[in-house]
Amino acid sequence: MNETKCCCDDGSAKGISRRQLLSLAGWGAFFTTLGVSLLGTVRFLFPRVLFEPPLTFKIGLPEDFKSDEKADGHNVLFVSEKWKDSQRVWIVREKDKIYAMFTRCTHLGCTPNWFPEDGIFKCPCHGSQYYSNGVNFAGPAPRPLDRFAVTISDDGQILVDKSKLYSIKEFDDPNSYIKV
Amino acid sequence: MKDILKKVTESQVWKSVFRHGYADETKNRMLQIRSNVFLHLHPFKMPRHAFKIRFTWCMGGVTFFLFLIEVITGLLLMFYYRPVTEYAYLDMKFLEFDVPFGIILRNIHRWGAHAMVATVMVHMLRVFLTGSYKPPREFNWVVGVILLVLTLLLSFTGYLLPWDQLAFWAITVGSNMARATPILGHEGPFAIVDKYNDVRFALLGGTDVGASALLRFYVLHIMLLPLVAIILMAVHFWRIRKDGGISRPL
Repeated sequence: MNETKCCCDDGSAKGISRRQLLSLAGWGAFFTTLGVSLLGTVRFLFPRVLFEPPLTFKIGLPEDFKSDEKADGHNVLFVSEKWKDSQRVWIVREKDKIYAMFTRCTHLGCTPNWFPEDGIFKCPCHGSQYYSNGVNFAGPAPRPLDRFAVTISDDGQILVDKSKLYSIKEFDDPNSYIKV
Repeated sequence: MKDILKKVTESQVWKSVFRHGYADETKNRMLQIRSNVFLHLHPFKMPRHAFKIRFTWCMGGVTFFLFLIEVITGLLLMFYYRPVTEYAYLDMKFLEFDVPFGIILRNIHRWGAHAMVATVMVHMLRVFLTGSYKPPREFNWVVGVILLVLTLLLSFTGYLLPWDQLAFWAITVGSNMARATPILGHEGPFAIVDKYNDVRFALLGGTDVGASALLRFYVLHIMLLPLVAIILMAVHFWRIRKDGGISRPL
């Protein structure tokens, strides 16, 4: 082999022919464009703004939840259905606390009904039943109804935050109820 | 690296998809075209004159390319656009000002549509000037004319969808022309219909450019017209080959 020879027979240097270089550049540009377009398309599917309802809402001052009713066997004075349709939340007033219960059956996610005369919740889908404080006692439900975070906002009103959910083991968490 | 490449290209999965390799022989090249669902509309062999761009102008090919761009960008725009009067304009603005890459997709769709109308017409001009409409290609000329009308209708129906002032008044003016249709337009000569059952009513789904017109134009724009266009394009490309291949300089 003649080592001083720097050009191949087709007139190119270092073993890459002009044809190969152009081919590489052409396909390189093609696949780069395709790749960048694909990335842009994927990004397109994730908008920066969502038009979803806010996850927090105010339900009034703690004083609004006073009641002369007698507590039932589970310390519950009353269950408010005022925010059931709009927010999927029951407000439960116990003797010394207020909490916001998620109206979602812990079995498969249906919405139970509140029967004030019996003081229990019944789920229409598979017959799960809960006491007024949300504790399950019949049917397939595996645990009591979950609760949302509640805090006192700056104007003194109770603020329900649906982005944070508490289940049975976390019911002692001070953010899961308002002390009265 | 070469071992991996060899293992991949000789695997059953690879071979079941890519059956005919790159062997540069006449028979193999024919098989590559024939066994591919997308390419089999083409002739096995391209005659040398088919690549004479100064003769063909490649305007039909460019139009098809633009159509593919319109399909892809249009499909993506559909993810954010709702054809109801409450949201159409807002969704268009949302796409333009907030959705990532929304502004470029919308403008590719828009300018691609403008370009497609132009290239279709230039294609038609070339076919006319080279006499390529003459027998045995006269049927394909008719198919092409229908495709031209479909392109114009796609542009017209897409015009309304932004639901802004331009869209509203453009379609108001455009659909008012249908009033003057002979026999079937209520203000046209020999009208046998009134304003509640003439062609304008059928086009708008009402007597005015309103919610039902928006929905009708949307369905025509994204479904019916493209579907018909795709079928006719398949016929159009197939007939080129059946009518003796792309026309050549005499």
